[in-house]
Amino acid sequence: MTVLDTTREIFRRDQVWPFLAPEHSMVDVSHNMILYVEGLSVSFDGFKALNDLNLYVNDGELRCLIGANGAGKTTLMDVITGKTECDSGSVYFGQTINLLQRSEPEIAQLGIGRKFQKPSVFEAHTVFDNLELSLKADKGIWYTLRVKLNSADIDRIDSILDLIGLKEQRFMLAGALSHGQKQWLEIGMLLASDPRLLLIDEPVAGMTAQETERTAELLTSLAGDRTVIVVEHDMEFVRSIARTVTVLHQGSVLAEGTMDEVQNNRDVIEVYLGEESADARGEEIAAARGERA
Amino acid sequence: MMIAKTPLTAGSLTSGFTSKTTAIVVVVLFSLTLLASAANLWLSPDSPLYVSTYTITLLGKYLCYALLALAVDVVWGYCGVLSLGHAAFFALGGYGMGMYLMRQIGDRGVYGNPELPDFMVFLSWDSLPWYWLGMDQFWFAMVIALAVPGLLAFVFGWLAFRSRVTGVYLSIMTQALTYALMLAFFRNEMGFGGNNGLTDFKDILGFSLQSDTVRVALFAITALMLMLAYVLSHFIMSSRFGRVIVSIRDGEARARFMGYRTERFKVWLFVYSALLAAVAGALYVPQVGIINPGEFSPINSIEVVVWVALGGRGTLYGAIIGAVLVNYAKTRFTAIMPDGWLFALGALFVLVTVFLPKGIAGFIEQRVESLKKGASGSDRVQGSEGASA
Amino acid sequence: MKQMTVVKQIIVRFGLLMALSLSLGSSWLHAQEPNSENPAPDQYAVSISAEVKVLFQELVAASLRDKSKILKQLDQHSGREMLPMFEAMLNGELYYQPDGLQLYQVKENASGNAVAYSVFGGELVDGLSIKKFKKVRVNNSLRKQLRNSIARIQLLYGEESERKAAAETMLSAMSDSAVALFQEAREKETVKEVQQLLDVGLAMNTVSTSVDSTERVAAIRALSSRLELPVKNLLMRLMDKNSDGEFKEADPLVRSAAESALKDIDGRIAYYGLLEKLFFGLSLGSVFLLAAIGLAITFGVMGVINMAHGEMIMLGAYTTYVVQLLMPNHLEWTILVAIPAAFLVSGSVGVLIERSVIRFLHGRPLETLLATFGISLILQQLVRTIFSPLNRQVSTPDWLSGSIELNPIFSLTYNRLSILIFSLIVFGLLMLVMKKTSLGLNVRAVSQNRDMARAMGIKTERVDSMTFGLGSGIAGVAGVALSQLTNVGPNLGQSYIIDSFMVVVFGGVGNLLGTLVGSFSLGVANKFLEPATGAVLANIIILVFIILFIQKRPKGLFPQKGRAAE
Repeated sequence: MTVLDTTREIFRRDQVWPFLAPEHSMVDVSHNMILYVEGLSVSFDGFKALNDLNLYVNDGELRCLIGANGAGKTTLMDVITGKTECDSGSVYFGQTINLLQRSEPEIAQLGIGRKFQKPSVFEAHTVFDNLELSLKADKGIWYTLRVKLNSADIDRIDSILDLIGLKEQRFMLAGALSHGQKQWLEIGMLLASDPRLLLIDEPVAGMTAQETERTAELLTSLAGDRTVIVVEHDMEFVRSIARTVTVLHQGSVLAEGTMDEVQNNRDVIEVYLGEESADARGEEIAAARGERA
Repeated sequence: MMIAKTPLTAGSLTSGFTSKTTAIVVVVLFSLTLLASAANLWLSPDSPLYVSTYTITLLGKYLCYALLALAVDVVWGYCGVLSLGHAAFFALGGYGMGMYLMRQIGDRGVYGNPELPDFMVFLSWDSLPWYWLGMDQFWFAMVIALAVPGLLAFVFGWLAFRSRVTGVYLSIMTQALTYALMLAFFRNEMGFGGNNGLTDFKDILGFSLQSDTVRVALFAITALMLMLAYVLSHFIMSSRFGRVIVSIRDGEARARFMGYRTERFKVWLFVYSALLAAVAGALYVPQVGIINPGEFSPINSIEVVVWVALGGRGTLYGAIIGAVLVNYAKTRFTAIMPDGWLFALGALFVLVTVFLPKGIAGFIEQRVESLKKGASGSDRVQGSEGASA
Repeated sequence: MKQMTVVKQIIVRFGLLMALSLSLGSSWLHAQEPNSENPAPDQYAVSISAEVKVLFQELVAASLRDKSKILKQLDQHSGREMLPMFEAMLNGELYYQPDGLQLYQVKENASGNAVAYSVFGGELVDGLSIKKFKKVRVNNSLRKQLRNSIARIQLLYGEESERKAAAETMLSAMSDSAVALFQEAREKETVKEVQQLLDVGLAMNTVSTSVDSTERVAAIRALSSRLELPVKNLLMRLMDKNSDGEFKEADPLVRSAAESALKDIDGRIAYYGLLEKLFFGLSLGSVFLLAAIGLAITFGVMGVINMAHGEMIMLGAYTTYVVQLLMPNHLEWTILVAIPAAFLVSGSVGVLIERSVIRFLHGRPLETLLATFGISLILQQLVRTIFSPLNRQVSTPDWLSGSIELNPIFSLTYNRLSILIFSLIVFGLLMLVMKKTSLGLNVRAVSQNRDMARAMGIKTERVDSMTFGLGSGIAGVAGVALSQLTNVGPNLGQSYIIDSFMVVVFGGVGNLLGTLVGSFSLGVANKFLEPATGAVLANIIILVFIILFIQKRPKGLFPQKGRAAE
């Protein structure tokens, strides 16, 4: 190989030098599996919030997590998003990315978005600003100092405003929104960040029946391109969206399957209703859970 | 909070209200400086409009304080980081300038030693400590006066924000920082003049510090720096960076889940703020003619906070209003009844926090808002979370 | 309402208990004091034999030289009873009536007039005109002789403590006569400790005068466990060299024995030095503890940074000062009155602050910090206006001054020791209040989950007031203790506030045990650093250490655990 060839090879215009290439942050889903949670245990002060939990989520799936209070749903989300450190176990995003080694901002930048149980929007910012800050973009200091909104961003924000029905309120302070509107805004912020994996904690709490329906529609439409994990107590809602349901109990997975499978699972019935009642229905599960809580 | 008040313009593009206030602040500062300087330099002392050099120096001092208040406001008002240690950055900047001025005295000191400042001769040191070397060069001294506080802020901020020390813990830590520095600078062995600090300055860049022109020039430079800092801070706070900062104040965890490395934002904001404070300190020293360890005392830092609280945190002009008002009151008060001042200051702390949580600026903005809206009024909930940062 | 009265009762009882505990502590200390007062005068008012009386009369009339002889004769006769007379004579207070040749001691009474006392009984003798009295004159050689006589009496007939003290002073100047005296005393002596001291003197004599090498080495060995300064000096002299670089002591065996003995002694001195530092450290720690536990309560329970906490301490100290002014005739007992008084004064000021300011700033800790700082400025200035900016001296009662001397180089002062004990008592009581009373239960409930506590019917506002009052009251009590260690001034509190915060933050907020550990470890660390770095630098190092420590463990040594801590 001549020097010229080597030089040509080095300066090929269709390739990027490895050290200049952006860090490989694309999630590797070659096995069609986006989230691997294995043997996860977390304890608080002796109380085992998660106990050897295993969970696998397919790429593009819509998964519902149900379980009584204290079953570990929120803690699981905390571990995935880097808020809580686990005692043992592993959490992989795709084939290659070990989430346990990453901080919250890194995980967020990888494309894992989270909606909190309590709507947490920035009340001192306008709706528009809330969405702008959530946009998928460079989140570095220098960039945020210089960046000016381009028309593509504005269009994107406008389309999200349309979707979440807050077009009228775009320059209103987020603090002035109603509870349901805040929920929507938070979903909008999640969408603006264009995540691969959405973790959604009780999305329909405080929403009217109509809004709930819209949320269900939205979530089902999101699945496919993205992977959605929903934690919800409203069984009717879960039934309306869920393809696969995972039941957590005392920090580990009790049952997994379709809603009907889960409802007829002996373990689930035993845990929620005791031995005597064999034909448990979703509403009863919810009621029983309410009592236990 | 500032941006929150501008519902009629696109919040993401620069907000009209604050741009306007920035223009107003700059114009007011500029014309005041011009008028006061002119009145001092060109009017005869008999003229009723004459501004004495004493007043000029006093004004210069107020503006230094205003710059310091601006620095505190940037971190506290916008980011919710209540620093009780900004006096440390201020004093470090001041010591940087003081060292330069000390070296400028040359052999005109009491002991006439061309190399060593008087206090070192008095302590019978025979050579300059290494950290005094090069401080006779103005540019070098200024670099040091900014670099040291900046570096301190970076190290401290990096340590504190990385391990997520927040709230009152952070306040106490910053207070301990300035307290420790105060104790250190009181020691003679530190080589900064111990108890007495650095004083008896003669001239700066070859101009006598006693002359009226130099005094006016220093005042004008201070005003200019304040304007610069104001415009720069306005730019920063209205950029996306600034909105991330406000988000951190109101929900740091949420901001992290959005992918912002909040600790880095906080560290750099802290460093920026420390640099502003250091500039204020460096400008302060030639005007008052002395710097001593008392400037480090924690009470000074807390006083700055109350200026900002009175003026209205989270608004840049509020910090300036607060600093000037309180210090004017202090000047008047200590002249009339020196014992009463601490009572007044103490009462100010209590009254402002209990009755005026948004300060004067909040009051003004409310007025402006209601004027704009006319009688229709607004039942909008304002971003009140900011007030309880 | 019922709850209110219960809470009030608890507070009152708490104050009383503390007073009680201190008085108990003090009476214990009192009992421990070896030499609290001069022995009662009557104890030695023995009858004087006729022979001695004659000698007295001769003494009065004799020339200075004869006096010396008479004194020697008196020495033969006298026992313990002669001591007052010798001492009076030594001090130039011995007078006689020219007509009766009767001896009196003349000295100034409390109001400054010269009054006559009987020499042996020490009682006031009324109705005598002292103008006619004549002084029994003494010169320097007589004084020396008198000192020896006094030492002899003390050594042979004194009480244990007197014998010990006399032996200790005589060690530094062992003369032949002293050696003889030591030997005489050694035969009589029954108390082991004094025996040992006498042996030391004799051994020292052997070392310096004997010519037998083995005897000297044995004596040096015996001395090697002693900490008295003269022993060390003697041994060091054995190691001296003269100007030619040769050892003054010729015997190499003696030198090497002295060397190893010196090493031994230095080791012991270092050990006791360590103990002393530890004691000073614990003492400083107890001050930190007193200053910080009040803060730990208000900070831990209410999340309130009370910047006026230092001023609560100051108020407590000034309360002590005022109590002292109010009862000038009972200075011994002011402290016992001051403790509950300071608790009430600071506590009620605390409740007042809570009700009038802090309540309105609920949930805004940074604002509370600013407001309480304003209050601290006002309180300081108030005290400056009322009491003047100058420092005030609070006197220490006798039963708190003095010290326990464990050996010649290590002693524990009573005031530090009692503050140490006192701080532990206060801490214990506070723990009891928090663990066993309904107030404590409410406080813990509120600190863990305020909303839940309210939902369960706990009047959180009342609990807040009471907590704040309790915390402030304890600060006041800390002020009483501090007034025993330092001067009382308007800035007293300020100097402790930052340290107190450091302690609380270091120990872990909301954890009283953490405060205990934190204050003692910081106190001890401070005192161990001090000799190497100086006090100021030690202070700085500690501050920097805590700043770094908080980076590593933001929640302190003993963090609150679990999800609630998030």
